[in-house]
Amino acid sequence: MPEFLDAILLARIQFAFTVSFHFIFPAFSIGLASYLAVLEGLWLKTRKQLYLDLFKYWLKIFAIAFAMGVVSGIVMSYQFGTNWSVFSDKAGPVIGPLMAYEVLTAFFLEAGFLGVMLFGMNKVGKKLHFAATLMVALGTFVSAFWILSVNSWMQTPVGYEMGANGQFLPGPSWWDIVFNPSFPYRLVHTVIAAYLTTAFVVGGVGAWHLLKDRTNAHARKMFSMAMWMAAIVTPIQIFAGDLHGLNTLEHQPQKVMAMEGHFDSHPDGAPLILFGIPNSEEKRVDYAIAIPKASSLILKHDLDAPLAGLDTIPDDEEPPVGIVFWSFRVMVGIGFAMLGIGMWSLFARVRKRLYYWPMLHRAALVMAPSGFVAVIAGWITTEVGRQPYVIYNLLRTADAASPLDAPAVAASLLAFVVVYFAVFGAGVWYILHLMHKPPHTGELGVKRGDKGPIRTAGITPGPTQNPGDADTLPTSRQEAE
Amino acid sequence: MDLTVIWAFIIAFAVFAYVVMDGFDLGIGILFPTFEVGPDRDRAMNSIAPVWDGNETWLVLGGGGLLAAFPLAYAVILPATYPLIIAMLLGLVFRGVAFEYRWRDPDHRQFWDAAFTGGSIVAAMAQGMTLGALLQGIEVVDRSYAGSWFDWLTPYTLLTGLGTVAGYALLGATWLVWKLDGEGQRHARALGRKAAWATLALMGGVSLYNMFLNAEYAERWLSAPEIYLAAPVPILTGLVALALLRSLAVERHSKPFWLTLALFFLGMAGLGFTMWPYVVPPGLTIWDAAAPERSQLFMLVGVAITMPLIIAYTAWAYWVFRGKVGDEGYH
Repeated sequence: MPEFLDAILLARIQFAFTVSFHFIFPAFSIGLASYLAVLEGLWLKTRKQLYLDLFKYWLKIFAIAFAMGVVSGIVMSYQFGTNWSVFSDKAGPVIGPLMAYEVLTAFFLEAGFLGVMLFGMNKVGKKLHFAATLMVALGTFVSAFWILSVNSWMQTPVGYEMGANGQFLPGPSWWDIVFNPSFPYRLVHTVIAAYLTTAFVVGGVGAWHLLKDRTNAHARKMFSMAMWMAAIVTPIQIFAGDLHGLNTLEHQPQKVMAMEGHFDSHPDGAPLILFGIPNSEEKRVDYAIAIPKASSLILKHDLDAPLAGLDTIPDDEEPPVGIVFWSFRVMVGIGFAMLGIGMWSLFARVRKRLYYWPMLHRAALVMAPSGFVAVIAGWITTEVGRQPYVIYNLLRTADAASPLDAPAVAASLLAFVVVYFAVFGAGVWYILHLMHKPPHTGELGVKRGDKGPIRTAGITPGPTQNPGDADTLPTSRQEAE
Repeated sequence: MDLTVIWAFIIAFAVFAYVVMDGFDLGIGILFPTFEVGPDRDRAMNSIAPVWDGNETWLVLGGGGLLAAFPLAYAVILPATYPLIIAMLLGLVFRGVAFEYRWRDPDHRQFWDAAFTGGSIVAAMAQGMTLGALLQGIEVVDRSYAGSWFDWLTPYTLLTGLGTVAGYALLGATWLVWKLDGEGQRHARALGRKAAWATLALMGGVSLYNMFLNAEYAERWLSAPEIYLAAPVPILTGLVALALLRSLAVERHSKPFWLTLALFFLGMAGLGFTMWPYVVPPGLTIWDAAAPERSQLFMLVGVAITMPLIIAYTAWAYWVFRGKVGDEGYH
């Protein structure tokens, strides 16, 4: 095994790999669960078949994405112990209860109602089914609430006491821990990101089908809904991201220095470096293209405000600048591209060309996966930017790992990489396959097999079928499969 | 009763709920290849498709609860059983996605069916061996696992692993006796009889082995006055075993499943009695590993509020999908 691949670096790569892969699915299912709730609600309100068709179209995709999110999520809940046992022992009394609350208030809610949401429409009636959909959507949000509280506490730890045995112990107020300083900003920014990610996927699928058939009413509806999201929510997200950045400047200034590429302090107005190549060896940004004083304007709302640079930080507390600098630019760049699509769609609406502008549809198609890239880039920015600490300024990542030998971690990492690419690659392929089919009238829901939903009979008599079931019975063999 | 004891029982309850509920899911996975390709196989899977996800959530509660209430135990057990845990997680990945994938991709259904079975067997075996590794003792020095890589691999852990596979198969078979009819049910009943004998034999084997594993375990079971407290467990186990074998010999529907649950409950009670008050034998008691009172109390409030709700809506979800699994649209 190469010298530089020590057990800690391997454990970090493993965590980064499994959490990045995992987060793709919740980033999609948080938004999609809400979208499904909206579609079903609109169907119940308007009784328009179109909404039910769209609901069932996306429900099939949701079922696969959710299953992948669940199985990759269980890995995360055990990874703290397998690879980061020292962290688990030390931080368990503070973050453990928050994660237990996530299980109790979110995971059970999602999982308990998912079965009814997927398979139960004919069994429980429309209103109860809608309630089940709402519970699943609520569960995805509550899950985000708790896990982002945990992550935020690790970034901005407050409300704890140090135990004699080296553990972080909860102080008198759990409120302080849960609502730690960076949590509200991170929660808003992440949840909106999930909504936008989903909106661009939905918009991309709508655009794809509009390019093939601009009269497809289902494609028009989903494209239009997605473009409203792009136009209205992207500006909100840019604003929320700005606030989150200011919060980070206050609590984790090194991270912002790395994001900005500020190796040097600027006593009278810091430049905004648009592009360049951070050179950590020489402590400068090569080939920088910068706008003088603009960084001070953005971060301090004052052209001449002084900004400290990484020269004020000891070298062993500096985050890896290159990664943070670039991942931040990727995220921001995609954010502005999303804004561009949103504005373009508004213009198209005014010109009554929303469904008749192939260039717009092609652009939306290209942007379909952009949310995932932006979300992962954002997480890389915040997670790499807080290095070398796992609990900010208190516990170093290097001191948090399990007492494992490098080959053990390397073997498990290899297993995860192979299995994840194979299994989730297949899942993504199945999702793309479903998206490739045009949405149509009389869309079928999720099937538990060739024979359709189960019939209830036997020792405990269940409700009999009603004629309304007909629309969910498989009418064509290929659809059921 | 102090909070730490309450939390020990809550974790034990979560583990029990997981073992029996995901136990029958995994058991169906283990028995899957013995069902003929076609309607019986589809129905076996359909009988758990709406509930497996909720069942698996108890595993997250067991792990998350352990981290929260007994962080030191979590931080010791997982590195000590590292390869087992990784194998279990990967097994559960294959098992979980197979529910969706086998319907999405008929051309590769054979592959995903094999993944369903393989994942279930690996997960069951790994869980049983983890239990064995815990019971045989984990070396802890300075709040950290101090043993070597393969301490978890012994004849004893292989025995507990096989016992768990057999036990899950029994749960799966008796669940299917309840949910299927006709030929599928007859097949499940025959499997149930075999699995019952295997489970009972392995349970007996593990119990005997325990007496030689650790002097403290033997003393716990074989000396007065504890023996009076412990004696009902094997006696009741024997009675339940007899009733189970009889119920599988005649045309019963749900009774074998409930008797299997009773068997598992007694097995867990016996293990609890053996381990008490250690969470990581031989060195860490539940009090050594416990989180501070503030953590335990904060979570207890959450459990007190949410657990009745969780049990209520979980029961409702089972109720919605009650009865035999049939072929809708053919009647």
